[in-house]
Amino acid sequence: MKLEKYIALILCLIFIVYGYEAFFRMDELLPPILKRNPVWPSTFPKILAIFGFFVSIFILLNIEKKEDSSSEPLDYKNIIFHNYFKVTLLILGMVLYALNLRFLGFVLSSCLFLSFSSFLLGERNFIKCLIIILISTISIWYLVNEVLGIYMNPYPLFLKAFI
Amino acid sequence: MLDGFLIGLETAFSIKNLFMVVGGCIIGTFIGMLPGLGPMSIIAIMIPIAISIGDPSTALILLAGVYYGAVFGGSTSSILINAPGVASTVATSFDGYPLARKGKAGKALTIAAISSFFGGTVGAILLVFFAPTLASFALLFHSAEYFALMIVGLSAIAAFAGKGQVTKALLMTVTGLMLATIGEGAQFNMPRFTMGIMDLQSGIGFITIAMAMFAIPETLFLVLDPSRSETKNNNDSKIKDLRITKREFKEIFPVISRQSIQGFLIGVMPGAGATIASFLGYAVERNIASNEDKKMFGKGSIKGLAAPESANNAACTGSFVPLLTLGIPGSGTTAILLGALIALNVSPGPRLMIDQPDVFWSVIISMYIGNMILLALNLPLIPYIAKILTIPRTYLIPFILFFTLMGAYIGQNNSTELLILIIFGIIATILRFASYPLAPLLIGFILGPMLEDNFSRATQLYDGIGFIWERPMTLIMLVISLLMVVLPTLKSKFDKKKNSYFNY
Repeated sequence: MKLEKYIALILCLIFIVYGYEAFFRMDELLPPILKRNPVWPSTFPKILAIFGFFVSIFILLNIEKKEDSSSEPLDYKNIIFHNYFKVTLLILGMVLYALNLRFLGFVLSSCLFLSFSSFLLGERNFIKCLIIILISTISIWYLVNEVLGIYMNPYPLFLKAFI
Repeated sequence: MLDGFLIGLETAFSIKNLFMVVGGCIIGTFIGMLPGLGPMSIIAIMIPIAISIGDPSTALILLAGVYYGAVFGGSTSSILINAPGVASTVATSFDGYPLARKGKAGKALTIAAISSFFGGTVGAILLVFFAPTLASFALLFHSAEYFALMIVGLSAIAAFAGKGQVTKALLMTVTGLMLATIGEGAQFNMPRFTMGIMDLQSGIGFITIAMAMFAIPETLFLVLDPSRSETKNNNDSKIKDLRITKREFKEIFPVISRQSIQGFLIGVMPGAGATIASFLGYAVERNIASNEDKKMFGKGSIKGLAAPESANNAACTGSFVPLLTLGIPGSGTTAILLGALIALNVSPGPRLMIDQPDVFWSVIISMYIGNMILLALNLPLIPYIAKILTIPRTYLIPFILFFTLMGAYIGQNNSTELLILIIFGIIATILRFASYPLAPLLIGFILGPMLEDNFSRATQLYDGIGFIWERPMTLIMLVISLLMVVLPTLKSKFDKKKNSYFNY
């Protein structure tokens, strides 16, 4: 089975769960007075669930003729393992950045994320890399914080008591 | 109309807004030039900044400037290094790159700039006449017609997705609509599908979805396939002479005029957009060219370069017509702009011209200014701007990811949103591997609340779904949208059967 069909299958299952929730569980919470309305909060999701289910079945059953595979943007089978590894590490870096943004503060966490990903992608001139990253992070922080007026804590949380 | 126009003129020519047009065009050109990054990603990254500005006219002027800049920047990289930054400039590289290989890169850039300028200006003039007419017509619409119109828009986007892609685009649209139902709806004041997660009470942020659908997959693709961000700097494409002769201008003038109008009309149609306009423009000009000219197409014909360039810019302007007059986005880019407008408490639609003439007219006027700036500022600066193509990917990719994450963080100010962004980014990358179009998902997500709102209102007014057959215009529009989706699918099914019959 091709990747597109796996995706259609997963979406089909999601639509079944979504439909189950809309048809059988959502209306339990509805106050009796609202039940007199022609439209309920579950009406639109019910239509979507039915429609989504049938469209995904259409893809699974191959109803529509497909174009040549040349339209595919990139074949996942042709990518070397090394690049998948890099992408996994990059995503991991993004997750760590998201989790530590408040704790480490904007400047430190951004510098760590940027230098890690630059290193991962092949940058080996550490001094040049650090200078570029430090200057750009601080100037971006200044732009966002001072010019645009959106508050972002630049310092790590544990240093806040001292500053 | 004149009053509104004058208010718009005043707003567009304020120092702040002029600065925004210039800034937007320059940023757009810079980033649009980078291979692999489309205008949707750039606009998605710029949205938090635009929203933080607060003033809807200024925000929309900035984003529109970024949009034209990105399309212009895309054509520069198409011509210089044969790496189109955006899909709508792929047709530009057919003749632009051969011209650059002949040592006429400067000439090619000038032709591209002039064609873009003409396309954009003609588009903006047509917009001035089209938009108010359509808006006054749309004032007759009730919620039932709005519901049907949105269905037409959504099906048109699926129908234009291409052979074998209609069901995929439909599935993505429904998925987008499904995601839009998460959280508390305006109509019902009760949380839906939140799974008990407090952060989902207010729904998923539109900026998060926009960035997850475009910026993250495009960047991860640059890592997975390094050839996408390769910049082949060869000496052939050095920019020397920017001048074009009078004869050359005479030669391309009819092409530009034709394609500006055709491109605009294609841009107005929902779902078609700049990419189809540029390819169609190229194809039409090749077909009507004389035999001698025809041979030159693909080998460095100036007509072949002028046609897609004027068509794609006119189409970009044309795509603003349904957005500003009906509040329905015709493309992924205008869908992002619609989301930004809603976030700024502006509801685009026929009443926009009456209620907020400053927003409506200043955007249209800023299009003229934007086009002039692209011509006057970018052309002499192109040799310097082109230096961006030499930025190593070891810095480019981390910074794009960093801006994406920061954009989502600025918009919502919570880390959970970042995690949602990353999860949806991974899902979007997998969807792209399977060639599922992502723009319909975003359009469905943005139109979802409006679609449900109009559907509920019409159902309440008619005490049921009677409005579908009781209002002829609604019925006609729904039938059209059904045909748009069903016909290509049935046709392909029929072709398939016929082919298999002949194979035996």
